[in-house]
Amino acid sequence: MALLLNFVIVFVKKLNGNPRNKIIMARKEILKAESKNFNFHYADGTHALKDINIPLYEKKITALIGPSGCGKSTFLRSFNRMHDLYAGNKYDGEIILHPDDTNILDKKVDPIEVRMRISMVFQKPNPFPKSIYENVAYGLRVRGEHNKRLLDDKVEEALKGASLWNEVKDRLQDLAYNLSGGQQQRLCIARALATDPEIMLFDEPTSALDPIATVNIEELMSELKKKLTILIVTHNMQQAARISDYTAYMYLGEMIEFDETDIIFTKPSKKATEDYITGKFG
Amino acid sequence: MSKIIGHEDNLNAIRVLIKKHKKNDRIFSYIGLFVIGSLAIALLVLFLDLVIDGYPKMNLEFFSNFPSRKPEGAGILSAWVGSALVLIVTFFVAVPMGVASGIYLEEYAKKGWFADLIEINVANLAGVPSIIYGLLALGLFVYEFGLGQSILTAGLTLSLLMLPIVIVATREAIRAIPVHIREAAYAVGATKWQVTLHHVLQYAMGGVLTGIIIGMARAIGETAPVITIGALTFIAFLPPTPVTDVAPFINFAWLEAGFTVLPIQMFNWISRPEHAFHINAAATGAVIIILTLLMNGIAIKLRYSIRKKIKW
Repeated sequence: MALLLNFVIVFVKKLNGNPRNKIIMARKEILKAESKNFNFHYADGTHALKDINIPLYEKKITALIGPSGCGKSTFLRSFNRMHDLYAGNKYDGEIILHPDDTNILDKKVDPIEVRMRISMVFQKPNPFPKSIYENVAYGLRVRGEHNKRLLDDKVEEALKGASLWNEVKDRLQDLAYNLSGGQQQRLCIARALATDPEIMLFDEPTSALDPIATVNIEELMSELKKKLTILIVTHNMQQAARISDYTAYMYLGEMIEFDETDIIFTKPSKKATEDYITGKFG
Repeated sequence: MSKIIGHEDNLNAIRVLIKKHKKNDRIFSYIGLFVIGSLAIALLVLFLDLVIDGYPKMNLEFFSNFPSRKPEGAGILSAWVGSALVLIVTFFVAVPMGVASGIYLEEYAKKGWFADLIEINVANLAGVPSIIYGLLALGLFVYEFGLGQSILTAGLTLSLLMLPIVIVATREAIRAIPVHIREAAYAVGATKWQVTLHHVLQYAMGGVLTGIIIGMARAIGETAPVITIGALTFIAFLPPTPVTDVAPFINFAWLEAGFTVLPIQMFNWISRPEHAFHINAAATGAVIIILTLLMNGIAIKLRYSIRKKIKW
């Protein structure tokens, strides 16, 4: 019996030690969403994204890296149909949301439904000029929720989830602008969290914050990943390396390489990726 | 040694340059002060002249007496009541229409040649001479719709004048709302109407209110269109009261009543030969200016106090 157990342990160790097996295991992750041959044209005709195929695995952080203007933010904003707000933008291809296999780019799918399932945190903290409480409760108010007790509970839960509760619990009715930049960004995370989204999008969430606030947000994201799937755009490669499980390198509207973050940062298969990672350009 | 001299020359050259540039600063600030000072003085002189001329009439009776053939007993009761009632009509017509148009044009209308056309037209409407509105109102409201030479007609006419001001102010205020706030609201799943109601309208309120008050201040001083539609110049009775003591406590008969307004009363008195009436006219002028300044003051205060709460 002990022999058999020992054998199993050795086998598992061997399996994990082999990088190729590790990839195979990774591929067995549950797929939460994937873009298939996704193309995006801006209203002025710019072909901003070309045949992007990127999977998002459930309860993992996927990071998008690449130089400015490579289309990573454009790609991220496609996930909650933000481009619909401006006339003339055009999506082609699919972004499939699992497990219901909905193509969220389908004309028949209401962008509001998509945004209720996939929430977003922006580059600059953008709380509403309202109270802390109202900021967090807004997503629920939009859904027609008026039950005071339920709102209170949800707001508390979301603020705790964004590790902001202890700092603001005594002043929920204060204006959100009285918070510091890092607190405001966590408030925006709480706002995005309050509606229990399946996926959260982060568009360079720490680029306007100081290093300490950045660490807070990064720790928070690692915590959030236990509950939901995260897609993050970042300019900061160390950040991608620190927090993400998967990384996609994009350049000039194309996805150059997608892999586990460890592999992208240690032995990328493409020369272009390696050049970017090692700082030869960027 | 020569190096140090070169250094000092350089330093002196820079100082001369700065001095020269600073002189330009000073010259411009003097010119600006002179221009704005002469404007302020012109207004002040005009206002003081009216107040001094009209001082003998500045008492409560002036506000509670009807106009009369005897200048000593004449007052502006029917004029200020008429102005107030006309402004009420103007407010309730121009504000909902103007704000709704502004919101539609900014938030809902598809950008294209049609939106551009409307935009150019609205901007032009603000510049149309007010007498043209008077003629339009005479043809449309008085004769075509048969509304008569009433408070309702006057209110509608002045609301035409006020509409472009409210529309432009609303649009400006909406445009000042940053994109990232709007996107934040959409990102949690709000519909366009929810974004408009919960955010756009609330954050634009300061600018909208300012536009409304400035529009009202303009309407209160308008004379030409009101004369065109046939306001009375001498009127010694009040319209039926809007609020009554019998149910339903509200009465719209006043809308159809004849009326006069402050600027017309003033115009009427000025055209009299007797000097005593000119004193009445001056006093009325002072009242109009005080009302206008008061309304502008409220607009500034409102904008300031609402702005203070909103920092993007």
